Amino acid sequence: MIGLDIAFWVLAIVGIIAALAVVLLSDVFRAALSLVVCFLAVAGIYITLSADFLAAVQVLIYVGAISVLIILAIMLTREVQRGSPSNRLRIPAFLVAILFLGGMAFAMLNTTWQVSVAPPLEPTTSALAGLLFGEGGFILPVEIAAILLLAAILGAIVLVREK
Amino acid sequence: MAVGLEHYLILSAVLFSIGLYGALAKRNAIIILMCIELMLNAVNIAMVAFSRYIVPLLLTGQVFVIFIMVVAAAEAAVGLAIIISIYRSRETIDATKIDLMKW
Repeated sequence: MIGLDIAFWVLAIVGIIAALAVVLLSDVFRAALSLVVCFLAVAGIYITLSADFLAAVQVLIYVGAISVLIILAIMLTREVQRGSPSNRLRIPAFLVAILFLGGMAFAMLNTTWQVSVAPPLEPTTSALAGLLFGEGGFILPVEIAAILLLAAILGAIVLVREK
Repeated sequence: MAVGLEHYLILSAVLFSIGLYGALAKRNAIIILMCIELMLNAVNIAMVAFSRYIVPLLLTGQVFVIFIMVVAAAEAAVGLAIIISIYRSRETIDATKIDLMKW
């Protein structure tokens, strides 16, 4: 368990520093690269939570696909030279974020969670497959997700097509 | 002190707040989209932590995370397509200057 604790602290600190870099760096491209680091740290956090399938999916979708999409969009727009400036609402936004964090932390630390002592399911892949495609599972949302992805792909193609 | 549910929830809240600040305070539309992805990841951490510590044998939280990832991927594709389309017509993706629908 000590190893798991050390892994959690290292991954949490790396993830928070990378997330702060996304917000604070003035170079848009470097912000995108630190977002990739943050996604990798989140994948590691999933492994410490014994969600092995989700960690693999996180690396495939976020680190592999979404970050490539974001970097491609940065390349296609010439906003890189202008950097990443803040708007006039910087201080109110900071206050809102701090207040939100305080409220959430207060609520989370003052709730008595009914933590179960059962060991986690491992590996999770076959159990997840049973839940997604099995009897009484989530088969209808899976089908709707397929239609949503098709609609999103068609919409993206129509939006960026040269007229 | 061993790492428990509260540690993961606090980590999730910190990441969500950082994303919230960025989404509210930044002018570059791509940075705003990146911050929204950050917030979705924070929510995913909370979901997996609840699933691990409260109902370790049901895995419903992990199924929700899979659907959130699907929606996030669709959102990123459509959002970046809209940003590129706006850049083509207006030569800027500064969110304070995209005010066509403001009155």
